[in-house]
Amino acid sequence: MAITSIKNLKEFSTTNERFEGAHLLCPGCAHSMIVRELLNCTDDNLVLATNTGCLEVSTAVYPYTSWDTSWIHIGFENAASAVTGAEAMYKARKRKGTLKDPDAPVKFVAFGGDGSTFDIGFQWISGAVERGHDFTYICLDNENYANTGGQRSSATPIGAHTSTAQAGRVSYGKKQKKKDIVGIFAAHGAPYVAQLSPNKWKIMAKGFQKALETEGPCFINTVSACTTEWKFDPKDTIHVTDLATDSLMFPIYEIINGTKLNILYRPKNIIPVEEYLAAQGRYKHLFKPENRHVIEQIQKEIDEKWEYLQRREEASV
Amino acid sequence: MKGVLATEKRGIRELGAEEMVGWDEVTQGVVLHSFDTEVENVAHIRPEERPYSDFNSYTATVASWRVIKPVYNRDVCIDCQNCWVWCPDTSIISRDKQMLGIDYDHCKGCGVCVEVCPTNPKSLLMFAEAEDNEEALAKWPEKKKKEK
Repeated sequence: MAITSIKNLKEFSTTNERFEGAHLLCPGCAHSMIVRELLNCTDDNLVLATNTGCLEVSTAVYPYTSWDTSWIHIGFENAASAVTGAEAMYKARKRKGTLKDPDAPVKFVAFGGDGSTFDIGFQWISGAVERGHDFTYICLDNENYANTGGQRSSATPIGAHTSTAQAGRVSYGKKQKKKDIVGIFAAHGAPYVAQLSPNKWKIMAKGFQKALETEGPCFINTVSACTTEWKFDPKDTIHVTDLATDSLMFPIYEIINGTKLNILYRPKNIIPVEEYLAAQGRYKHLFKPENRHVIEQIQKEIDEKWEYLQRREEASV
Repeated sequence: MKGVLATEKRGIRELGAEEMVGWDEVTQGVVLHSFDTEVENVAHIRPEERPYSDFNSYTATVASWRVIKPVYNRDVCIDCQNCWVWCPDTSIISRDKQMLGIDYDHCKGCGVCVEVCPTNPKSLLMFAEAEDNEEALAKWPEKKKKEK
């Protein structure tokens, strides 16, 4: 069965959900919006693996599972290894002719939070991408270890308050910059690498479909607003994500074969990053007079990055 | 078969539906089956026709998490499905391009659906959990005039 073509939201809503409710993610969590969208954008059988993280601990609390597809969890770092192992097995059995239904397409997807993608599982994903397995890795980037109480990760942006990079009299929160994870996996030469966001559902669904259709390892970084650790009201998840994409804190773009960059979303009105920062409690301290320079620095870095992305797109590299 | 349990003491064996084993007994791993019978491809079966097992969280409820709940007003709804695509808890029931209502067993009352609703007045609004749905519908706000 071919992947469902998605023209509008009404058509999209006729899909049969494969991610069940009564999982224990926080109210208003963006993780489940992203996961639902991935499971809904295809009809094919799916084999999923998840790194330890919010998604894993909340959707498989014994004795319940929220997954209507094959799903496995092993450790904090090895969802990519687990799912590529399953993929290698599938290919071997297909070659030997021992599959029950060899013509049914199967897609292999691994999920991980930013902690397990940027830090702990980094070399496992890098290895899986280098080996060239046919799978898609999706990082649900909420910029901290939200599952264990909001510690800093290497995805936490500069200036954010976390439980291990606290803002106070001496410090303004995390002092280091965020890793450019999309650039890192593009440099692996992966056939499809992208950064997507759930508030632009159509761009995200198309990106997911493209990644699933593409043969070879694909990496997608998705913005997942965290109501608990970013400290905003649960109902504002989509509003905060809108601010993130419109202030270009999270530009939405794809890189094909590591050599061709396309910007997928250009905001009509680019808003100052201050609006995005002001909507979240974790950046509250930046608005004190002694910390204003951090906001200016963030704005400067965003402008430079946007300029860089536009020049790359223009030059088609 | 409902599920398979592997424990150190008792080896690998089948797990009955009503049987609960403490998590500390599960040392090697556990396989939970989402469905009671084998299914071909879940993507082609509607949720109401699926043979959900007792291990599927579909059979559980998180209704007790709510202090406020969304109430749905069919009269104003335009079936845009914004609430469906952004509901984090799979709690908006949509069939054949129509919004049918809210699944109160799985809704946690986050309020995302109300925020993304584009109609005027909104066709979803948050009310106190204790409030009766009929009473809530009776005091639905009037259409707001555009501010000039």
